[in-house]
Amino acid sequence: MRQLLFAWSRPVMTRPLTTIGVGFLILIVLFAALSPLIAPYAPDQIDPANRLLPPGGPHILGTDHFGRDTFSRIVYGARLALLIGVGVVVFALASGVPIGVLSALYPALGRVLMRMVDVLMSFPSLLLALGLIVILGQGVFNAILAIGLIYLTTTARIVYGVALRLKAEPYVEAARSAGAGTWWIVTRHILPNMISPLLVQASFIFAFAQLGAASLDFLGLGAPPDIPSWGNMLAESRIYITRASWLLLWPGLMIVLTAFSLNLVGDALRDRMDPRFREMIRR
Amino acid sequence: MGRYVIKRTGAAIATLIAASIVIFAFIHLIPGDPVYVILGDGATPEQVAALRERMGLDEPLVFQYLIWAGNALQGDLGQSIFFETPVTQVIAEGAETSILLATITMFWIVLFGIPIGIFAAIRQGTWVDQGLSGLAMLAASVPTFWVGLYLILIFAAGLGWFPSSGYPSIFEEGGLANLRYLILPSIALAAPNAALILRLTRASMLDVAREDYIRTARAKGIRPYRVVMRHILRNALLAVVSAFGFTFAALISEAVVTETVFALPGIGRTVVQSILRRDYPVIQGVILITVCLYLVINLLVDLSYRLLDPRVELE
Repeated sequence: MRQLLFAWSRPVMTRPLTTIGVGFLILIVLFAALSPLIAPYAPDQIDPANRLLPPGGPHILGTDHFGRDTFSRIVYGARLALLIGVGVVVFALASGVPIGVLSALYPALGRVLMRMVDVLMSFPSLLLALGLIVILGQGVFNAILAIGLIYLTTTARIVYGVALRLKAEPYVEAARSAGAGTWWIVTRHILPNMISPLLVQASFIFAFAQLGAASLDFLGLGAPPDIPSWGNMLAESRIYITRASWLLLWPGLMIVLTAFSLNLVGDALRDRMDPRFREMIRR
Repeated sequence: MGRYVIKRTGAAIATLIAASIVIFAFIHLIPGDPVYVILGDGATPEQVAALRERMGLDEPLVFQYLIWAGNALQGDLGQSIFFETPVTQVIAEGAETSILLATITMFWIVLFGIPIGIFAAIRQGTWVDQGLSGLAMLAASVPTFWVGLYLILIFAAGLGWFPSSGYPSIFEEGGLANLRYLILPSIALAAPNAALILRLTRASMLDVAREDYIRTARAKGIRPYRVVMRHILRNALLAVVSAFGFTFAALISEAVVTETVFALPGIGRTVVQSILRRDYPVIQGVILITVCLYLVINLLVDLSYRLLDPRVELE
């Protein structure tokens, strides 16, 4: 286990920029886990006397148009950012991996499933997500489903490609000729060898889920307005940008740095990956 | 080549048919009676009866789909609930803005993405390469609407160089000068996509540079500049051009947000407004048209790719 951890952390830790990225991600996790301890105010505490305060003083990052503390809302916003990221990754992997593996194992089924994935991929991603929101209604959980559906397709495609190659490996054929069943081959040979491409894919999905969720929030079709999310903060600050431009800075910076850090980590992990699979994961 | 064209076109048509079934199902998946979903709650009994008749709602679903698809093939995508005009007309009104925005954006993407990608590849491993690649990854991590808001703040509200929102047609007063309304939106929209093309150009240049024929070319004593331009670049650009289909799809998606930020009267903003107005036939129509466009562009890209590189086979 320690060895495995070492093998994974090395590519990430040997690049200074990526190390900073990992540090930033740890900060986000701390924000989310310890929000009530870190945030000086409640995220929804309204203070009409102190509206649109510039950064400095008791409100280090200023206040918004309701007098709510920007720093506290940023801290609490980390919770939703993590929830969306984890939710989308879990949904995309939990649906995409079985589809990809089954398609590779059973070519007849694969032709049907991969065709369906192709069809979903012909929809522009945000339009697909918006269409699903129209059907399901607005909300955090539905936003996760809608964004997850986009990455279900890419994940299934990648898993399918990787599984096809693994299936043709000599050791898999050897296991099969030694009498191993399908379940054994999948759990002992195919899935363990897929961990590294999946980890790379997961970090990219996590990054783009942030951008997708921010877009939905901005259009007013993501998280409900009473939940502090970085996307909602940007959407609300929009009409005040000429009067209080700092409102635009902090939430945007959080989204960018989160996505950037995750992309850096994904890139570092990809570079240490099996070169045969590397070309499959391009963004 | 002939066989390839037929097979590839057939696959595209099959995908389109399947996609159209999904889009048709959309209206039926929204909770509620499709007639009221389409007409809204304020529909009169006459309107309800007329639409029920037109959509053949008493027929089995298969017939309903055939009626709908038949109408779509004849250019009838139904009526907008909000405007009470044909959906095709609503879409056509946004088309000029969206097409021009996409064209100018593509221009930025090609102008910046490809040359800088080539430059980074030539300088592979140096700090120039690392800096450019890092910048590109940063640009790909930025939400387009955030860039858009800052562009408005700096170049419209601050310096006053460009208008902050809206877009009057180039056929109206002002003529081609009205294109200045699209400069800031196109830059915001281009940034992340140019970054992706940059990374792709660089990666594909480096891939080609490892090929045997490049070593042969160098060994023959061809000047390095000529090797890069004639031998590496030409082959590397194939992969880049084939990614334009995906870039186009990304542009459509992100234009929805960009057009909202800059209040551009394009198709993307129409979609967002139609969602808020529950104008479902318009959403359905826009999705159908964009899926068609995407499939056609990908088909053309694949066919031209095959024309340029006859080794390509259908998977």
